[in-house]
Amino acid sequence: MSFFSLRTWQLGVKSLLLHPLRSLLTVLGIFIGVASVIWLLAIGEGISRKAREQIEGLGADNIIVRSNKPPSEVAEKSGRLLAYGITREDYQRLVNTIPTIRSALPIREIRRRFGFGPHLVDGRLVGCTPEYMDVTRLEVDRGRFLTDVEVSGKQNHCVLAAEVAERLFPLDDPLGKSIHVEEAYYVVVGVMKPKTATAAIGGSFAAQEFSNDVYVPIATLQARIGDLVVTRRSGSFEAEQVELSQITLRIDKVDNVRETARLVEETLRRVPTHRTNRDFAIVVPYELLEQARTTRLMFMVFMGVIAAISLVVGGIGIMNIMLATVTERTREIGIRRALGAKRRDIVRQFLIETIVLSAVGGVTGVLAGLACPAVIGWIWYLLDKYLPKVMAQLPDVIKSMEPAVVPESIPLAFGIAVSIGVVFGLYPAMRAASMDPIEALRHE
Amino acid sequence: MSLAARLTEVTKDYVLGGETVHALRGVSMDVPEGDFVAIMGASGSGKSTLLNLLGCLDRPTSGALFLGDDDVSRLDDDQLSEIRASRIGFIFQSFNLIPQLTVLENIEVPLHYQRRIGQKDRRRCRELAEMVGLQDRVKHRPTQLSGGQQQRVAIARSLVNDPYFVLADEPTGNLDSVTTKEILELLVRLNREGKTIIIVTHESDVGARARRIVRLMDGRVLSDERREEVP
Repeated sequence: MSFFSLRTWQLGVKSLLLHPLRSLLTVLGIFIGVASVIWLLAIGEGISRKAREQIEGLGADNIIVRSNKPPSEVAEKSGRLLAYGITREDYQRLVNTIPTIRSALPIREIRRRFGFGPHLVDGRLVGCTPEYMDVTRLEVDRGRFLTDVEVSGKQNHCVLAAEVAERLFPLDDPLGKSIHVEEAYYVVVGVMKPKTATAAIGGSFAAQEFSNDVYVPIATLQARIGDLVVTRRSGSFEAEQVELSQITLRIDKVDNVRETARLVEETLRRVPTHRTNRDFAIVVPYELLEQARTTRLMFMVFMGVIAAISLVVGGIGIMNIMLATVTERTREIGIRRALGAKRRDIVRQFLIETIVLSAVGGVTGVLAGLACPAVIGWIWYLLDKYLPKVMAQLPDVIKSMEPAVVPESIPLAFGIAVSIGVVFGLYPAMRAASMDPIEALRHE
Repeated sequence: MSLAARLTEVTKDYVLGGETVHALRGVSMDVPEGDFVAIMGASGSGKSTLLNLLGCLDRPTSGALFLGDDDVSRLDDDQLSEIRASRIGFIFQSFNLIPQLTVLENIEVPLHYQRRIGQKDRRRCRELAEMVGLQDRVKHRPTQLSGGQQQRVAIARSLVNDPYFVLADEPTGNLDSVTTKEILELLVRLNREGKTIIIVTHESDVGARARRIVRLMDGRVLSDERREEVP
């Protein structure tokens, strides 16, 4: 009997069909194992892909330097007026001394209340330059974004984020109108398209929301509002002096990002106030990306191990059933041996049965695995429809996750399934073959 | 006349629970081609052991056992399997058909262990089914057949590899008297057509149909009688 003859395989299938329920349950073990390998890897890939997209949104060739409020003990020492963060001098020094910086984009953000007629909106006043739009991947809806002329001329012009425009001008066209921020008025020159918030990345980068922003030229902000920010809190005043909230540095080559980040850090540390206050942070999206890659790998391995355990359980199921089958078919083994079957013919016969079982489990498991994205989408849909409260409580990463079937997981899972069939089928098959034909024939 | 089998001073010892059992203590006999031998004896006489040796299911402890021109007493497991597949036809008391296979597939089994089965082999299996009178039942499973019909399938199967001899172990032990008669008739007919048949039995009326009766007792040949005309 040859391994490759159709008849051998037909015989295997025939023998398995003698106990359809038993065979089905055995297949189920492998089916679940294979499907869970593909599912877990697909979900893991979906989550990490989301994280990677967010990091890539920050730009792999960027370095972000942010002003940080120093720890409270430092703040108390300095009295009422707290000055911290990166300064325009730092900005100039970085741009002038580090040659790998292609361009630098300073930003100053302040929380302010915007008004137009009776409408008031609390939001973020962002002083920036025209490049800000590119770097944050914002898109213009109507009008235009700020221009260099407006920045250098310190003009009182502003651009509104979609939601601010919606709330300040529920009926009117905002273009050409003037909104007021405290005592100053700004003419609206453009409205941006809505942009979803970027999620926080690890502990190093806070979530950013763009929906309540108003953009003005950074020079205008400096001239109109200045660096001093006074906030009233529980009866007392708190004053902060911050020159720049953030600098986004664009580096000439991705390869230079790390080295440049180190240089930036060193340059800033040389300034005594920065060194003692630790009032800045450097975020390197490229490093986050690298981190995300390793995290992804670990995640995948973890998921893979869990799934592999379920496959091994399936394998043990196969072994269990095949051992029972071998005992039950002792007589058949004796007959076949008497009629001329060699030991290896018997091994082959039982091995083929386990391969058929595990291959059927493998194929159906792969099909179920491929259905993963559809099924998850369907679950979200049902949750949204019937249990919206539960849905709302789910974390963003989970909700927005789209499982992506990892192509390699299909041959991998199928291969493991069949190898498990062979490995766990081998022992029962050898046991069958090692029986003494005379004893086996006598078996009742 | 050439020989289907020849035994010279064959002994077989078993070790059972630390004690050696001498199942055969030196058996010599020739089975010429075309013979019809009944091996008889009480239980414990060694007839089952002799059957296992003749059927190449086991090896003698000493002595020589020739099937045709081959000494099979020193062959390894695989070689013995090959001899069983190509040179011996088995018939058992409990028929021993494989339940998940049809009649035709059961007849084919010994051929599977020799070679890839071709159209010619298929035709031969069909002819054998016809010869034992089961041409209408080739697609049936063993469970759908009566005991006598199952034994006919077993007889057809024993002939498919054109063996040196057909080795029947109590072939009528599980059958009623009418069917017993039919099966014995079939064996006699096969013998007349030139097949060598060896029956192991303890029933004297089965032995009575043979041309030669070899009686065993305590692992030795007690008597070896030959009758020229079978009733």
